[in-house]
Amino acid sequence: MIPGAFAYHRPTSVKEAVGLLGQLGDDARALAGGHSLIPMMKLRLATPAHLIDLGGIGDLKGVRADGNDIVIGAMTTQHDLIGSELLGAKIPILRETSEQIADPQVRYLGTLGGNVANGDPGNDMPAVMMCLNATYQIMGKAGERRLAARDFYQGAYFTSLEGGDVLTAVRIPVPPAGHGYAYEKLKRKIGDYATAAAAVVLTMTGGKVGSCSIGLTNVAETPLWAEEAAKILVGSALDPATVKKAVAAAEAITAPAADARGPAQYRTKMAGVMLARALARAKARARG
Amino acid sequence: MAKSQVSMKVNGKTIEALVEPRTLLIHFLRDEQNITGPHIGCETSHCGACTVDLDGKSVKSCTVFAIQANGADIRTIEGMANADGTLHALQEGFREMHGLQCGFCTPGMIVRAYRLLQENNNPSEEEIRYGISGNLCRCTGYQNIVKAIQFAAAKLNGVPFQEAAE
Repeated sequence: MIPGAFAYHRPTSVKEAVGLLGQLGDDARALAGGHSLIPMMKLRLATPAHLIDLGGIGDLKGVRADGNDIVIGAMTTQHDLIGSELLGAKIPILRETSEQIADPQVRYLGTLGGNVANGDPGNDMPAVMMCLNATYQIMGKAGERRLAARDFYQGAYFTSLEGGDVLTAVRIPVPPAGHGYAYEKLKRKIGDYATAAAAVVLTMTGGKVGSCSIGLTNVAETPLWAEEAAKILVGSALDPATVKKAVAAAEAITAPAADARGPAQYRTKMAGVMLARALARAKARARG
Repeated sequence: MAKSQVSMKVNGKTIEALVEPRTLLIHFLRDEQNITGPHIGCETSHCGACTVDLDGKSVKSCTVFAIQANGADIRTIEGMANADGTLHALQEGFREMHGLQCGFCTPGMIVRAYRLLQENNNPSEEEIRYGISGNLCRCTGYQNIVKAIQFAAAKLNGVPFQEAAE
């Protein structure tokens, strides 16, 4: 399989990349880790005339603390996320999620920015970013702007990114110390997208849920933030009856496609099962 | 499309060449450089037969453009043997433990296992299985591949290899 011909550009700054994307218009695509785009190009489902490789821009890599936030450069790979001590200590759900993405070779090149910006409902990080209330930093023709992950996803492969935009970093407010978390993903085999998956971050105070946030992967055209389900759980001890109500609320907002991973109803039910498991594991991990 | 100049080190040897941007690294290595150890299994980023070590990362060379490897340091199965021509511990392990049958996946398996052992010199069986989960083998059932990697880890650590009871 040989992709269509294209011209290759390797800018060394975000400004240069944005300039190239603006100037070349719809014929150009930004290349991050390439593990979604290059397979599409090999199938000729994508035939960009220009590839703008973001791999030469040092500013786009790395994990750093900034006040109460952690800022992760868009070209930081999943392998880097797994190895980050800072993330392991402050936002461990990112390590747990990264470890469930694809396989080792893909994780060495696959990036956080590519994962969240591509708009593929099968990608794992978007629902986690909604769960964590992350903000995406985007550089475009008119300068930098910030968009909440919870407002970013419009449809399958359709996001709030506009032509000429480069997602440069993901900014995540650090969850409270002692929070519980889990990313539960049902997949048929290593390397597969989720049949359904659930991300949970919660805090417990005196045996009761103090705060809770839930994201769901691959059970709709976009990742989902299950706001209602989380609200039901706040104040409860995660007793079976309340969990059942929350699971029902989460299932109610899903609209999965039937595909080789199963019929729509099955995937909805599996989203519920993943949520119940994630809640139990997050509770067991929470302190306080 | 105009060709671009690339320069990369492959198995310690510097290669300078002109490539079309769309040329995948696996095609560059196999068809243009006659480095045919990395295999094309699926060509869809799944099987790992094309795995090469690139700047300290295991990558599927069917999903990287050769031009992206400009300036890179690459190692393939051809570069695994020791300088004196003896087999690398992993190669020896695959031979001793029967870690292959048809052998098609073996170059990718060994190159991947090399990086795994660089990062974790004493992996558990579970860590080995997770670490090679991007490499498919349709013959062995993986059992002997895991043993081969355990053999190599023991040898590199200078401890006797003890096969786990089955």
